[in-house]
Amino acid sequence: MTEAMIRAEGLTKIFNVGSEEIRALDDVSFSIQHGESLAIMGPSGSGKSTLMSIIGCLDVANAGTYELDGEKVEQLSDARLADIRGRKIGFVFQQFNLLARTSALENVMLPLTYTNLSGKQIKERAMAALKTVGLAERVKHTPSELSGGQQQRVAIARAIVNQPAILIADEPTGALDSKTGIEIMQLFQDLHQKNGQTVIMVTHDLFVARHTNRVIILSDGKIKADEFNQHVIKAGTDRSQIEEYRI
Amino acid sequence: MLLRQNILTALRGLLSNKLRSGLTILGIVIGVAAVVALMAIGNGATSDITDRIQSSGTNLLNIQAGRSSRPTAGQPPQQTFLTYKDYQILSQNLTEVSGIAPAFSSNYTITAGINTDSVSVSGVTESYLSVRLYEIKEGRNISERDNLKSQQVAILGSSTAETFFGTESALDQKIKIDDKTFTVIGVLKSKGSSGFTNEDDLIWIPLETGYDKLFGANAIRNGERVLSGISVSAVNAESVESVSSQVTFVMRRAHEIGLDEEDDFRVTNQAAMLETLSSVTSTLTAFLGAVAALSLLVGGIGIMNITLVSVSERTREIGLRKAVGARKEHILFQFLIETVTLAVTGGLIGILSGIAIALIVTTLGLVTARITLSSILLSFFFSLAVGVFFGLYPAYRASNLHPMEALRSE
Repeated sequence: MTEAMIRAEGLTKIFNVGSEEIRALDDVSFSIQHGESLAIMGPSGSGKSTLMSIIGCLDVANAGTYELDGEKVEQLSDARLADIRGRKIGFVFQQFNLLARTSALENVMLPLTYTNLSGKQIKERAMAALKTVGLAERVKHTPSELSGGQQQRVAIARAIVNQPAILIADEPTGALDSKTGIEIMQLFQDLHQKNGQTVIMVTHDLFVARHTNRVIILSDGKIKADEFNQHVIKAGTDRSQIEEYRI
Repeated sequence: MLLRQNILTALRGLLSNKLRSGLTILGIVIGVAAVVALMAIGNGATSDITDRIQSSGTNLLNIQAGRSSRPTAGQPPQQTFLTYKDYQILSQNLTEVSGIAPAFSSNYTITAGINTDSVSVSGVTESYLSVRLYEIKEGRNISERDNLKSQQVAILGSSTAETFFGTESALDQKIKIDDKTFTVIGVLKSKGSSGFTNEDDLIWIPLETGYDKLFGANAIRNGERVLSGISVSAVNAESVESVSSQVTFVMRRAHEIGLDEEDDFRVTNQAAMLETLSSVTSTLTAFLGAVAALSLLVGGIGIMNITLVSVSERTREIGLRKAVGARKEHILFQFLIETVTLAVTGGLIGILSGIAIALIVTTLGLVTARITLSSILLSFFFSLAVGVFFGLYPAYRASNLHPMEALRSE
C-alpha cells in the first residue's frame, strides 16, 4: 500500500442542541489508503453522517486532525475547502440532489462551472461522464423525466465529472428499489476497479456495506469495529441469495 | 461560463414560476413606468407653458396697480390705481420701447343673436394688437379715429367669435355689451389655448368708447380715468431690464413716492415669469420623479422578500453547489444575478409601459408628453441598482449557509 491518503487522528465533533451537548464523534482515528473501497456503518445517530461530512470537507472537527493528501484541513480557509471539494471529492446523495428543470447534461456540468475550464471542455467532460454511467442517450432529459435509478446515475456522473480521487456516497441506494440498487452498486464497483477511485460509502445496510473491501462500524461516535471484508459481495448478486442478508 | 450559466439559471427560474416572478417585479414595473411617464408628461407640460409664454412675447412688460407686500396688520389695505395720466407720462418718457398700450378690462354679459355669455371686455388703443403680439384674422384693427370718435365697434377673439357666431363670419355682425350695441370690425387669429387661461376668449373695444359709454364710474377714481394695466414692449429682449427700471423710475416720480416708501405698482416681465415658471415646473417634475422613485424602492423590497423566500426554499441546492466546489462568492454572485435579472426585466417592461402611457396621454391630447432619454437611462440604472442593493442581503445569507446543514435541510 502507498502512503495514506486520509489520516484522521482523534477526531471529535460536538454539536450544541439547545443547552444539550451532543458528541457526534468522539476521538475517532483511522486512515484510508489510495484506491480503497470502504463502508461506514452504524445506526442513526452513531455519527456516520458527521464523519462523512468531515471526510468530504463539508465540515471540520472541533478537535483532532484530519489530513487529506498531507494537508491539514482544519487550517484551511472556506474558499480553499470549496476548492478541495471541487477537485478531489465527488458526492452522491440518497436523494440525488439534482437541480430541477435542468437537463442531465447541465446537472453534470455544474461542478465544472466552478473551475476555469472552457465551456467546450466542460461539455465534453460532462458527456464523457454521462457515457460512463450509461446515460449518453438521455443528456437532454430533466430529472422529472428520468427514473430514480437514472437520476442516481446522473448524480454519479456529476460526482465523477471532476475526476475526483475520492467518491463519497451517502446511502446511495436508500431511495431505490433493490434491483436498481444492485445496478448502482455495480456502477460503484466498476468505478472503483476500473478508475481506481477511492469509494467511501455511508450506509446502515450490511448487504450494501459488504460490497466494499473494508467496513468501519460506528456507535455513539466511536469506532466499534474496523475490519477488512473476507467475502466481498460481487455486485449483481441478489440479496435473497445470501442467507444472512435476507429480510 | 459561470456567468452565462448563472443568467440561464436565473431566467429559467423566472420563467418556471411566471406568476410569482410577475408579482415580484410588478413594483419595479410600476415604479419605472411611473418615472418614465411622469417625467415625459412633466417635461411636455413645461415646454407647453414655455411655448405659450414665448408666444405672448418675451419682450413684454406689464404694469399693474398694487403693492407687492402685504398690508400692515390692523391697517386697511390702501387701494392704488394706475391712471390714464400714467400712460401719457410713460409714453413721453420711455426709451428703447417699440410700443406702449393702455387697457381697462372688465367682465360683461354679451348678447349676440340668441347667445348670452360673460366675456372679458378690454378698452384698448390701436397699439395693443402689436404690443400683445396678436394678429388680425379678418377685418381690421381698432383705429385712432375709432378712439377719437368713441365708435361702438369691437374686435373678437377667435374663440369668442366661434362661441357667438359658430362657423359664420362675425364681421359686421352686431353684439350687445351690457345692452349697448357694437359692430364687429375684426376677428383675431388664435393664439392657441393650452394653458391656464384662454387668450382667445376676449372682446376689445376702443378705450375712449369704453370710458364714455360702458365702464361708467368703475373706470373713474378721484376724477381720474384709471387703467387695469399698461403693456410695454421693449425693442429687444436685452433692453427689457432697462425698460423695467425706466418704468419704475418714471412711475415713482409720477406717483410722488418717497425714498423709503415702496412702489404702489408692479412691473412684471415675461422673461422673468418664464424663468420662475420653468424653475417651478422642473421642481414639480423632479418631485413627481421622486415620488415614482419611491415606488421603485418598494418594488426593491418586494424583490428582497421573494429572494429571501427563494434562498430558504433552495437551501439544499445551495448546499449541493457548495459540496461540488462552489465558493461563497459563487453563491453570492448567483443570487445577485437573479435579483438583478428580476429587477432589470421589471425595469425594461416598466420603460416600455411608461413610453406607452406617455404616447396614450399625447394621443388623447391632454399634454404633449416628451419622453427623455435621461429619464429612461435613470430608471434603468435605478432598477439595476435596486436589484443589486436588495439582492445583497439575501445573497449574503445564501452564501454563508453551512454546506452540511444546507444539504440536510428539508
